[in-house]
Amino acid sequence: MSSTKQTVPFNGTKEQEEQLLAIIAELKDEPGSLMPIMQKAQGIYGYLPIEVQTIISDAMGIPLEKIYGVATFYSQFALNPKGRYQISVCLGTACYVKGSGDLYNKLMELLGIVGGECTPDGKFSLDACRCVGACGLAPVMLVNDDVYGRIGVDELEGILAKYE
Amino acid sequence: MYRTHVLVCGGTGCTSSGSEKIIDALKVELEKNGLTDEVAIVKTGCHGLCALGPIMIVYPEACFYSMVKEEDIPEIVSEHFLKGRVVTRLLYKETVTEEGIRSLNDTDFYKKQTRIALRNCGVINPEEIDEYIGTRGYEALGKVLTEMTPDEVIQTILDSGLRGRGGAGFPTGLKWKFASGNRGNVQKYVCCNADEGDPGAFMDRSVLEGDPHVVLEAMAIAGYAIGASQGYIYVRAEYPIAVDRLNIAIAQAREYGLLGKDIFGTGFDFDIELRLGAGAFVCGEETALMTSIEGNRGEPRPRPPFPAVKGLFEQPTILNNVETYANIPQIILNGVDWFRSMGTEKSKGTKVFALGGKVNNTGLVEIPMGTTLRTVIEEIGGGIPNGKKFKAAQTGGPSGGCIPAEHFDVPIDYDNLIAIGSMMGSGGLIVMDEDNCMVDIAKFFLEFTVDESCGKCTPCRIGTKRMYEILDKITKGNGTLEDIDKLEELCYYIKENALCGLGQTAPNPVLSTLRYFKDEYIAHVVDKKCPAGVCKELLQYKIDPAKCKGCTLCARVCPAGAISGTVKEAHVIDPNKCVKCGACMEKCRFGAISKE
Repeated sequence: MSSTKQTVPFNGTKEQEEQLLAIIAELKDEPGSLMPIMQKAQGIYGYLPIEVQTIISDAMGIPLEKIYGVATFYSQFALNPKGRYQISVCLGTACYVKGSGDLYNKLMELLGIVGGECTPDGKFSLDACRCVGACGLAPVMLVNDDVYGRIGVDELEGILAKYE
Repeated sequence: MYRTHVLVCGGTGCTSSGSEKIIDALKVELEKNGLTDEVAIVKTGCHGLCALGPIMIVYPEACFYSMVKEEDIPEIVSEHFLKGRVVTRLLYKETVTEEGIRSLNDTDFYKKQTRIALRNCGVINPEEIDEYIGTRGYEALGKVLTEMTPDEVIQTILDSGLRGRGGAGFPTGLKWKFASGNRGNVQKYVCCNADEGDPGAFMDRSVLEGDPHVVLEAMAIAGYAIGASQGYIYVRAEYPIAVDRLNIAIAQAREYGLLGKDIFGTGFDFDIELRLGAGAFVCGEETALMTSIEGNRGEPRPRPPFPAVKGLFEQPTILNNVETYANIPQIILNGVDWFRSMGTEKSKGTKVFALGGKVNNTGLVEIPMGTTLRTVIEEIGGGIPNGKKFKAAQTGGPSGGCIPAEHFDVPIDYDNLIAIGSMMGSGGLIVMDEDNCMVDIAKFFLEFTVDESCGKCTPCRIGTKRMYEILDKITKGNGTLEDIDKLEELCYYIKENALCGLGQTAPNPVLSTLRYFKDEYIAHVVDKKCPAGVCKELLQYKIDPAKCKGCTLCARVCPAGAISGTVKEAHVIDPNKCVKCGACMEKCRFGAISKE
């Protein structure tokens, strides 16, 4: 979750909107379907800008303020677009005691952004996450779906260089 | 018929270390050697020994290959599968003895374990319902539907003494009993808490990934017991493999008529839906979880009314944790006496722990209640790496506490852990050594709580923030003795006044470290020193002039230009310029730089 105002202009397509409306039509009447719909909407657009929240609000007849409330409550919903390569550093206890905090700080230094942000070229975004459950490999970081385990601070530059 | 079965672990730990690639390479090599009809590959759930992943077990020999690499596969296939010669160099060394290969069950890691909840993990293919049925799966559901009344089911669970494995340890049977009134006349729900948010705990994920049907079966049993026809599993979206396997399992169970209408022709209807969490720790709290399933911000609400009276969609609801459910079918099949034969007086059965941190055998272990920490850490866990000294074991995650070495021999059960200032929690067990600063650990957990506090009640929203600020002040060397007193006072205030379990237990990491490691707090406050050498602001890097050869390497890597000196002469660090990044110490080849 991030409360900062998005800087990248919204450029959703007609197809995306139709896809979302079809999902809403299908799930709308099930009890408690708002979150599954928002999760699918994020799957379509990659994030949940206010424009997408408005579409959901109009189609479901739920006030925008409630949808915004849900979107900002859960860390999984993003109001800002993510980078092409999403880096998450596990700050779960097992990773933390093995030094993942140092990894996180070093990445912020290397990328010149703070956690939750995206580099200006849209390439990398950095987040902390809570336990990916690979505690045996601690400390762990993920770049999209690639898992890097048992890594040290000096290996980070090499890992970032792999993504061009 | 296959002559050889190769079990490859497909749990998250092993998948992360590359087990998918191993399976692909195996397929290629088997094809090449014409063995596809003779050797079967089975992708299983977690074996528990994640530190040694990717793991591969070959039957009938029961050879345990560990840390297998893609390039090892041709050798394993041609030597072992084709010529029948085990590749000893790749075996887990604990299984290799002078007399030959011994069973995995005789190794230190496994022999002290009793696997009930994890019984099928790493044994069956979780994506095949027939393999679950082959290990007496769905037999317990058949038994309760055809031979037992709902009240008998509840009585059995009550008598077994099973307590909730999600943390608080509430008797499961009692929960079911409270929700059992008025069967058939009201809509009721059975929920499964698979929102395992406790950082460092992954036992529920392993059950879901390795044995998803056991959860479905147990939920159906619970549905029959209380008279509910609909179940919901609230699972973390961060567990994609678990979500996939649950979806597969639900589809297969429906196809076999084990979920849906008229199960086993008894007229009992029960179906299950998945709901994905979206990353909020507080949703592990029961009322918050239900609010979240309803599609709202996952904020807890005051109890009473308890969920057994008014839960999901305002209807009577029971909520149990994944591991609790995993015990149910076994209790039904093997009986109350069998289950009660394990454990301590007030805590029966086993508990799964995710062993992590500074311990050699990181992974998942299931032990009878009453096992001591010493057994878990020294025997099963194989001790602390690099000859370091044990300092504390943390259980219960952000709600628990740190247990010092003096309590190494306390039998682990719900009540003993609370008595020594921690709690069972969902089962994370993180080992810390002398290099971990306990004030820093307390701050780490408070940062987590501040982040995850939902903001509904003031003691938690503001109180935890104030606690964090005090801890931050102490770790930066600006704390006073009054701060420590104020911190403790705040702890008790928050414990008494917070709305839900998250806030009420949030001070535990601070209270337990204050109780056992007060000297470390005092060292930070009075001496302005961090004994473990973690808190940066309190560190000083120094060069030992006797050891320094004047190679200039440290001066070159220092980002702040804080190191000066001429070639071949001892260098010095200017403490005013030093940013304490530690780069010099990492690079020094003569061990001349130390921090204190």
